[in-house]
Amino acid sequence: MQDFWDWFRWLYEATGINLSIFYDAFDRAHFLAGAIMTLRLSAVCIVLSVVIGIVGAWLQESRLKFVRLMVYWYIQFFRNTPPLVQLFFFYFGLGGLLTSATGSGEHVPLVGNVTWAIVSLSFFAGAFNTEIFRSGVQAISSTTIEAAESLGFSRLRIYCLIVFPLALRVSLPALTNNLVNLVKTTTLAYAIAVPEMLYVTSQIWSDELNVPELMNVLLVSYVILAGALAYLMRRWERALHLPGFGA
Amino acid sequence: MKPDWRTDLPVLVPEALRAVSTTTFPNDWRGRHWRPTVPAGLGLLLLFVACCGVAQAQAGPDQPSVWATLWKWTPLLLQGFLLNLAISVLAMLLGTVLGLLLGVAQIAQSAWARKPSWLVTQFFRNAPWLVLLFYCMYLLPFRVTVLGGTVAIPGWVKATLGLSLPVMANVSEILRGAVQSIPTGQWESAASLAFSRRWILWMIILPQCIRRMLPPWMNLYSILTMATVLASIVGVDELLTLTARALSAEDRPGLLLPFYSYDLLWFFIYCYPIARLTLYLERRYAVPD
Repeated sequence: MQDFWDWFRWLYEATGINLSIFYDAFDRAHFLAGAIMTLRLSAVCIVLSVVIGIVGAWLQESRLKFVRLMVYWYIQFFRNTPPLVQLFFFYFGLGGLLTSATGSGEHVPLVGNVTWAIVSLSFFAGAFNTEIFRSGVQAISSTTIEAAESLGFSRLRIYCLIVFPLALRVSLPALTNNLVNLVKTTTLAYAIAVPEMLYVTSQIWSDELNVPELMNVLLVSYVILAGALAYLMRRWERALHLPGFGA
Repeated sequence: MKPDWRTDLPVLVPEALRAVSTTTFPNDWRGRHWRPTVPAGLGLLLLFVACCGVAQAQAGPDQPSVWATLWKWTPLLLQGFLLNLAISVLAMLLGTVLGLLLGVAQIAQSAWARKPSWLVTQFFRNAPWLVLLFYCMYLLPFRVTVLGGTVAIPGWVKATLGLSLPVMANVSEILRGAVQSIPTGQWESAASLAFSRRWILWMIILPQCIRRMLPPWMNLYSILTMATVLASIVGVDELLTLTARALSAEDRPGLLLPFYSYDLLWFFIYCYPIARLTLYLERRYAVPD
């Protein structure tokens, strides 16, 4: 393994291409920590945003007009404002309010920047997921629902057992797009100093002054990450495919 | 969905009416195709007012009111917002021109044009906008020498270039998708009328594509407008940068919430009508089943 890392040192000495994140043990660990943070952020946000989407799509068919209106406002708010400003609104605005005073009179934030990034990005992607699932749910024909009703299913059971499993299959292509977009949006956490991949890389290039090399590493890393997610989602889509349902 | 109780058999009318009045629907699917009548902007406006109220409640007795402070900074913030809009329009223009060229290359017959343009499209579509922006900010020279004189490239120009790259890739994909959505019968019938490939594309396929491309293109513009605030991370004096500067000049933590919700409101006011128009066009151009 050491030979592999040393090859990059040789590459630097021979060609001037300074990929310090491979041959320098400190930079390597730093970059790896950033990559893991990006993966963690993506994974948590994907799960939370999908949950928000499922619940939101369910609430949007609520019998209460007020609930429907709230979901509608939530979706329109997150869809039509910049995610970066949302992040600042959450982190600086709400985070500034949620502080606890210590004995020495200092105000310590109760919620850290990583948590705010997760909250903000999940709600952002969740708004799109709600719309995606809703259009999936609306694609299910009402005769299917009526058939379920006539079999005595309750509203919740119809949604959980019949409507949603079918709607998921309709929504998967759009969901894949949105989740890939979410992974790319995790870079915004850079702005509130979450040590994710972009943030640590920018720290490394300020030390080593190897901006072009690391820029390319960064681009390739994200393309691989997005590609891997898209590939997994395609596999899942194929696994869920029902003969005779959908295209 | 409520069943339809109307009937054209007169004998059954009283029966049907009674059925309606006595049947209770345990599962009421009224929300299924519900469209709100309350404007979406009202929610954000309420949020903004609430934020200002919280800030006003926190303010000391000798401090100017939140509204007055916001009003004082509005001209400066407006300047920043106009830069955002300028960047978005320029990046959209540049990205659309490049993207159309790339998209036409993607549907070319020659594999030499098709494969590389496909690769370029996928690459720029899958790379995060922020990383592409960093790429242009750091790797483009800050000044160029043209005909012996040096011309400085301002940051916002580089940001515009950086934002036009993902736009280019998305427009390319929109064009490819639109061309593929035209039934192949159109190509065949045009070919049987002895049109050449170039003429089929130019006279028959692309005119039909414009209509299909318009809604996703407008959607992309809306996304781009919201992405222009990313330029603040790389130090362009747009809305978010100026907001941060105004906040540090005021030095009142309580103002964070009103100022950022104020920014949100502006973007909402600009982007929401575009989203509504997009939806309208989508419905209008939709092919009925």
